[in-house]
Amino acid sequence: MGLPIKLEFLYYKIDLPQNEDGSPSTVADLIKFIVDTMIKDPKDVEVFLENGTIRPGILTLINDTDWELEGEEGYELEAGDVIAFTSTLHGG
Amino acid sequence: MSSTTPRPKLSQLCELCHCRKAMIKRPKNLQKICKLCFYNVFETEIHNTIVNNKLFYPGERIAVGASGGKDSTVLAYILKLLNERYNYGVEIVLLSIDEGIVGYRDDSLATVKRNKEQYNLPLEIVSYKDLYNWSMDEIVSCAGIRNSCTYCGVLRRQALDRGAAKLGINHVVTGHNADDMAETVLMNLLRGDVARLEKSTTIMTSSSGSPIKRSKPFKYSYQKEIVLYAHYKKLDYFSTECTYAPEAFRGTTRELMKNLEAIRPSCIIDIIHSGENFVLREKKIRQQFRKNPPKQSTESKGGPINEEIEVRADGSISLNKKGFVDGNRCEKCGYLSSNKICKACMLLEGLEMNRAKISIDNNESIDGAAKVVRTLEQLTF
Repeated sequence: MGLPIKLEFLYYKIDLPQNEDGSPSTVADLIKFIVDTMIKDPKDVEVFLENGTIRPGILTLINDTDWELEGEEGYELEAGDVIAFTSTLHGG
Repeated sequence: MSSTTPRPKLSQLCELCHCRKAMIKRPKNLQKICKLCFYNVFETEIHNTIVNNKLFYPGERIAVGASGGKDSTVLAYILKLLNERYNYGVEIVLLSIDEGIVGYRDDSLATVKRNKEQYNLPLEIVSYKDLYNWSMDEIVSCAGIRNSCTYCGVLRRQALDRGAAKLGINHVVTGHNADDMAETVLMNLLRGDVARLEKSTTIMTSSSGSPIKRSKPFKYSYQKEIVLYAHYKKLDYFSTECTYAPEAFRGTTRELMKNLEAIRPSCIIDIIHSGENFVLREKKIRQQFRKNPPKQSTESKGGPINEEIEVRADGSISLNKKGFVDGNRCEKCGYLSSNKICKACMLLEGLEMNRAKISIDNNESIDGAAKVVRTLEQLTF
């Protein structure tokens, strides 16, 4: 059925918990956080992820910049960062 | 710690203006550019596509097939912008089709209605229900979800034609982008459909059973860039997918394309380029294998194969490769058609027969979803 999740986290304000070992939080940590705590139906995870990373076809922006230019999953998050996931799929 | 925004490193600067921070990596050439340079190259490329292919002439009236989705919203916005910037002298009208899909099309039409105000463009909506006395929801509950794209495609093509004709316009512009086109090339290739392969990349089609020409100014525009453009410009678009799943084969091809793109982003434009250069061997060579060539074979390319219908990315359809036969009209609805009865009427005829014996279901291939809908429908009576 349709599009189970709307990936407009633009409208979500979240407090990402700190990593236990004190290392800086990265986008990879954020993705894990979203999958673990925000996606309720496990079936929806594959709409978001493929082979452990964001599916091709979903555009990820870090502060409006293509995440490819920011080191993708390795980008170290700062307070106030805006991460947007936008589907490039068709709305026909 | 300084509180000011950190100045971008030299390696982060836009490769075009060298002064602002790069925000986009262009899939076409991997160039890293800033937002303003992106607007500029994106718009200019579309302008070049329009000019190089002579898509419009001054004074022409064009109908933008507007679904409320990102492609057609960006298309309407850009065409209006370029028309004013470069004085194309065209008159733009938004043309929407209401297929009658509750929870999808009604919401996206609301977007189109807002676009009408935002861009100050006239809007015409034609509905399946009015034209055919069937809404898509009714068709799916009768014919099953599996064939939804086929029905929808045939009906939409004619609906766009009729809508345009009603407005006295004979040019419909659609938001098909490079990804769509590459997908179609790939699909035809995978199906061995060489006849369509040759034609699948033409930017303007002027006759395929329809008196109204179609063009695709976004032929070379990546979906990713269209989405980014809509996002940065904060355009108002509707982003939900149709509730009826796409045809399985197309869906798989689309996934394949997305995976290919992740590895090699230029592959989309490369596939289009390949498609553009496919040329079928002369028909003479092909005909000598046939002992009894069909009567019309001299004018039709490829003979009987072409009686099959073609459903394109948007669901648009081409009726017959013979091209449009002047003056021939569908015996049922009177609409221009190269066949005796147009494709839409043929499908509708089948549906009407089904509606009569809806309880007799001998098509086991129909998906569960449609069956459920049908059962529910009967329950309400």
